Amino acid sequence: MTAAANAPSLTRRLGLALALLLLVGGGIVSALAFAYGQQAADRTYDQLLTGAANQMAESVSLVDGRPVVDLPISAFQLLAFAPDDRIFYSITDPDGTLITGEPLPRISPKLWVYSQQHSGEMVRFATAQRLFSERGFSGAVTVIVGQTLRAREALAAEITRNALIVMGIAGLLMALLAVFVARSALGPLGRIEAALAARAPQDVSPLTVPVPREIGRLVASLNGFMARLDRVLTANRRLTADASHQLRTPIAALRAQAELAADETDPERLRAIVGRIHARSRDLSRLAEQILSHAMVIHRADAGALGPLDLRQVAMTAAEEVSHVLPDRAGELRLDLSEDPVPARGEALSLVEACKNLILNGLTHGASPVIIRASVSPEAALLSVADCGPGPQAHRKARPSPTSGAGLGLTIVEAVADAHDGTIETQTTAKGYEVNLILPLLPPEAQP
Amino acid sequence: MTRITALLLALLATSAPLHAAPEAVADYGSGSTRLLVKGAADIASFGPVMQAFTAAHPAYSVRLEQWNTNALHTAASTACRDPGPDADLVVSSAVDLQVWLVNQGCAQPHVSPLTAALPPGRIWRNELFGLTQEPAVIVYNRRLVPEAEAPTSRFQLLDLMRNPGKRYLGRIATYDIERSGVGYLFAFNDSVQASTFGSLTEAMGANGAIATCCSAEIIAGVAEGRWLIAYNVLGSYALPQADQNPDLAIIAPEDYTLMLSRAGLIPRGAAHPEGGAALVDFLLSEAGQAELARQRLIVRMGAAGDIQLRGQSAASIRPIELSPVLLLGLDRQRRERFLSSWRAAFAPR
Repeated sequence: MTAAANAPSLTRRLGLALALLLLVGGGIVSALAFAYGQQAADRTYDQLLTGAANQMAESVSLVDGRPVVDLPISAFQLLAFAPDDRIFYSITDPDGTLITGEPLPRISPKLWVYSQQHSGEMVRFATAQRLFSERGFSGAVTVIVGQTLRAREALAAEITRNALIVMGIAGLLMALLAVFVARSALGPLGRIEAALAARAPQDVSPLTVPVPREIGRLVASLNGFMARLDRVLTANRRLTADASHQLRTPIAALRAQAELAADETDPERLRAIVGRIHARSRDLSRLAEQILSHAMVIHRADAGALGPLDLRQVAMTAAEEVSHVLPDRAGELRLDLSEDPVPARGEALSLVEACKNLILNGLTHGASPVIIRASVSPEAALLSVADCGPGPQAHRKARPSPTSGAGLGLTIVEAVADAHDGTIETQTTAKGYEVNLILPLLPPEAQP
Repeated sequence: MTRITALLLALLATSAPLHAAPEAVADYGSGSTRLLVKGAADIASFGPVMQAFTAAHPAYSVRLEQWNTNALHTAASTACRDPGPDADLVVSSAVDLQVWLVNQGCAQPHVSPLTAALPPGRIWRNELFGLTQEPAVIVYNRRLVPEAEAPTSRFQLLDLMRNPGKRYLGRIATYDIERSGVGYLFAFNDSVQASTFGSLTEAMGANGAIATCCSAEIIAGVAEGRWLIAYNVLGSYALPQADQNPDLAIIAPEDYTLMLSRAGLIPRGAAHPEGGAALVDFLLSEAGQAELARQRLIVRMGAAGDIQLRGQSAASIRPIELSPVLLLGLDRQRRERFLSSWRAAFAPR
């Protein structure tokens, strides 16, 4: 619980990233909007100012060789588009003598539009010239028109404000959209959580919640995990049931023999009883070993990775191990291996264990010799153990036998076959009884 | 700025006798803070409004100086240049000169709900406020001018002056625009507004029309019968006279009627700018506007108003808007040429 509380929140991380994006993006856009507003307002009012200057320059004419100005009202009306701004103008002859207006600052003859402090305010000036070349008068009459900045600042502020409003709305929509997206993206996780929470504790069936592709992989591996869990649980249940069933009888028999021995006084009979006790306890220990090996095999086959191997090797290892355990019966074993490799995908230890169980079954319930084969059929790899015994009835009957403890053998083989996507086939022929473990053939490109 | 002011002053000095002092002074109220109001406005009509202000704002008393428009402008622009306390409000009918003062940075802004409610043509930069509504009218003597001949428009006035009977020869009066700031303002706006102006001055000159100063003199002359018709007279001066003299008739020209809004500004160096602001707000308030209307400084046009409109729509009323466009008339060369053509028309022949 604390781990979950301390874990980073996806929503918060998304929110932070988005806030950062909006902050940085917003800052950049604001700066751009401000610059753009300033520029647009400047361009607009500079055009008006230059237009007025040009109109004034047009109104200059020569009368008796002297420049005369007949200022047009349209120039003033143009300037009045900035309704609250002060107006300054000067018209000077080529010597710089004022013809009309008031003296105004001129920064440089090259600069046609410029800003300058004048009469207590920042003023934007535009200049225009009218060139004359006549007998009595030649040169340029210069017009300077100036205007304070209220209107252009108001326009710039308005443009900037509008841009910022649009941006703010866009940002808000983006944020809302992001919240929506985050919620809908995380939604399937909530559904999975709800589906899991609603389950009964024993329910390990696959999840069927509809989820998007990205989360589908998670659900698939979750389902795979649960299937494995299911198999293990099932196997454990079966093992427990088998073990208790199989162990109960031999232990009871052993106890009965032991009680018999306690009351027996005749040394000869006592020796016979002890002999039986020894035989029973040997059977019992093999049974216990089988149960444990069963558990191990199921665990390995389920958890272990299946790798390419040669079934001939499996057969040889199994025969060799059986010979070690039962050296007195090693002579009854025959290996019949194909000359070519028998490739399959599997887990060596559990396959060897399965094979050993089949061999022991054959030795215990069948008749010698026990023949171990590894071969390739057109579509499958085959590992088979045959004996010369009477066949299935003996096996079936043998299974509940209190003394043999061999019933587990086939259970182990079945579990191993399951874990390897394989099957088991049994057949009874005139020669004897044969159990085939059939595994999918390993395709040539995957062979070792 | 110094140079242009000097130029302008020199110009004004040549055209009008310089009054360094006001024509008359009156005091109102007994408040401890005394506001100085310089006005190109008659004490007779503006005084009661100041009285109403001091009644509404007992903390203030008001000294009202009555000036000629040109002299007032000279005084105001001099005060603008000089350090030291200035008047708290300058009111003038020569609104072009007022715009010039504001353009030179001689005023300070004042913003209040009342100034914000002013239409754009009656406020400039929050520094110049149109306080009154005074039309430029034609006045005639009802006893001497037959009803049928009464000029209801400039075209009819033109027709009268071209009358071969010569009844109106030397009997039509108008402002001497060289001496009267408001006369120049009206004439210049006429020249901008309509193409009739050229023929009008020409006809006036040919008719031996009289150009004289000032409103009171012109109106009295018409009332006495010395002149039959006066053109471009301030309606606010004519109305009180018409109330007393039934012979005096007033016409708002049908083609268009100029509407002047006498403008007030608070000088940058005002000794009590808050007092000036209070005065502006009072003049724009309901009470102030009512008092101005009572003094005929706000002239209501139309059926229930002071001057009837005959058949023309309200659209024919053309306000002289407070805007830098008015600076055009003050351009040295433009003004010189305008005056010289006017002078040429009125020159005795």
